Amino acid sequence: MRALIEEIFVRDLPPLSVPGRGLEAMDDGAALWLGDRWLVVTTDSHVVQPIFFPGGDIGRLAVSGTVNDLAVMGATEVLGLTCAVVLEEGFPREELERIQASVRGACREASAPIVTGDTKVMGKGEIDGIVLTTAGVALTDRVVPDSGLAPGDRILVTGRIGEHGMAILSARHGLRLEGELLSDVAPINGLIRAALAAGGESVSAMKDPTRGGLASALHEMAGKSGVGILLDELAVPVSPAVRAASELVGVDPLVIANEGKAVIGVRPEAAERVLAALRSHPLGREAAVVGVCLAERPGNVILDTGFGRRLLAEPEGELLPRIC
Amino acid sequence: MDSPAALAAENTRLTAAIGQLKFRDPALARRLAETIGRVTAEIGRSPVSVMHVCGSHEQAIARFGLRATFPKDLNVIMGPGCPVCITDMPEVDEGVALARQGLVVASYGDMLKVPGTRRSLADAQAEGARVEVVYSAAQAVELARRLPREQVVFFATGFETTAVATAAVLIADPPENFSVLSAHKYIPPVMEIVAEMPETRVEGFLAAGHAATITGWGIFEGFVERHGIPVVVAGFEPLDILAGLARLVELVRDRTPRIVNMFPRCVTKRGNLRAQEQLWRVFRPLGGRWRGIAHVPNGNLRLREEWAHRDARRRFPIDLTLLWDEEPAALAQECICGDIMSGIASPSDCSLFGKECVPDTPVGACMVSSEGTCKIWHQYGGLPDLRGAL
Repeated sequence: MRALIEEIFVRDLPPLSVPGRGLEAMDDGAALWLGDRWLVVTTDSHVVQPIFFPGGDIGRLAVSGTVNDLAVMGATEVLGLTCAVVLEEGFPREELERIQASVRGACREASAPIVTGDTKVMGKGEIDGIVLTTAGVALTDRVVPDSGLAPGDRILVTGRIGEHGMAILSARHGLRLEGELLSDVAPINGLIRAALAAGGESVSAMKDPTRGGLASALHEMAGKSGVGILLDELAVPVSPAVRAASELVGVDPLVIANEGKAVIGVRPEAAERVLAALRSHPLGREAAVVGVCLAERPGNVILDTGFGRRLLAEPEGELLPRIC
Repeated sequence: MDSPAALAAENTRLTAAIGQLKFRDPALARRLAETIGRVTAEIGRSPVSVMHVCGSHEQAIARFGLRATFPKDLNVIMGPGCPVCITDMPEVDEGVALARQGLVVASYGDMLKVPGTRRSLADAQAEGARVEVVYSAAQAVELARRLPREQVVFFATGFETTAVATAAVLIADPPENFSVLSAHKYIPPVMEIVAEMPETRVEGFLAAGHAATITGWGIFEGFVERHGIPVVVAGFEPLDILAGLARLVELVRDRTPRIVNMFPRCVTKRGNLRAQEQLWRVFRPLGGRWRGIAHVPNGNLRLREEWAHRDARRRFPIDLTLLWDEEPAALAQECICGDIMSGIASPSDCSLFGKECVPDTPVGACMVSSEGTCKIWHQYGGLPDLRGAL
């Protein structure tokens, strides 16, 4: 996917009209310098099957995804969101109402107003149910890129990983584990605000570990920052339910998507302070320091399994079930 | 039993059970690694070469990064233990031909990309042939029930572990439109071949716990006697593997060729007699090629005469001339998968590795399966040496 984006979309880009970081940075959003502050902009299209899943639905996902993309750029006060809906002809009205209620609920949690929107209907079979596209804008004094890690920095995650992807996987394949597997989908700009208030300039990089999970996020951060990352697998918070399900289906929690978590790089002297701030927030109680940045092996993520060490692979493609 | 409450209770029990697995104790792992290091040093030769013959062992070694804890003087060779990798080209050709002849071919997911002489099952599928991925032999039977108007052929691959499952579904009287194209392989004979290869110099074998669960550890007694090489049966948790290796290097050090069962919670001397009875009721051993390795006497499992009515090779004419008209792929000639599977070459010795041969477009079988050496090297950055402090 990243290769496709780089080959098709990130070429022959016209120059930015103001100084800033645009598409070529391939960060969670763009940051444009307005002379006194940064305007952060991001957009995301959301498709998910099933539309309603344990712990959330496409509406909550659409708001959280965009709010969190802004937040991990350092912009936690959302000026406004847009929401465009494309519906398949015959999409049930009551389901649409449920989704809208969920959009409103997530907006309230994030203090993020929807300021404009659009609705289109496509023919039966031309689209799979519903697609939600949200965009968001926010102002910030300091942009936190995903490329600012330096050797010695600590890597924090804000909670238990793998919950969104495993809930979806379980619901989609009828694993009948739904009772204990709930998506973590949530807007976390408040949590990030607490981390930034505690860490200030010492927060060196942030990313939301969505598709490809923690493994993908760390690879991207390590590659762009030119550092190696030593990840302590036993320190990574994983719920017993996600661990059990991942053993059953043979998918590593490290590559499973999250929708309410952030990966935060912090200078070593501020790590404990930021960790304490995260843990005192309701959405960050399980936050943990999970790794450290190295000057060696730039771009690589080395996994200390507790039993030995290996390079953590960057997740790729669709996994085919194994023979045994 | 299937009530939501009962299922939830079962999930909770399962979750708790996995949480309490005692096979994942890092402190114990460190002590075992120290033992392996100390005993290897006591042997006082370099390298000491031992071989495992199971892709699941390599998978666990890679997953838990155990290689970083092995001493430099211990060479743990990956043997011919990947069932996908050793399925021979003509066997894949048979599956491809049947699919192109209009039959529904069902197979395990990681067989799809394995190259035949010219085509893989995935290629045949892309050209419109009906190829279905199944998770088990039982699921292939389900498929046949769902498609009563089609002929469904289960392309059955894997060692005695999966062959038992194939035997079980045949004995359970599947629908008439279900048949089996057996490419099953039998592990014990290939260990004889590898033990006799002068290049490998294997001093000890780590045998696969799941295969031994069925065959019993007693099956290795004759082998140990004939070759004077110790065999340790080991399970698949990191501690199982480390404990197995520690015992194996002790046996090498003490020059005591014997068989030791380090997986007693599953493996007995006689094994699973009922499974063996079913296995040999349906299959007979037959000599045949393992891809890249050799002709292995008694290494293939073929359906017995009594099961001819289920044997795709006897039920349907398999027209391989359709495939032979075409030139074999030129790149395949350069592939050294065989040497890699025999443990006498590394992927880095191959001119195709990481260039023409990558997981998306594999040339050799070792790049296909998640248990294949080349795939594992490619995925984990060429088994980098991560020993020592960073």
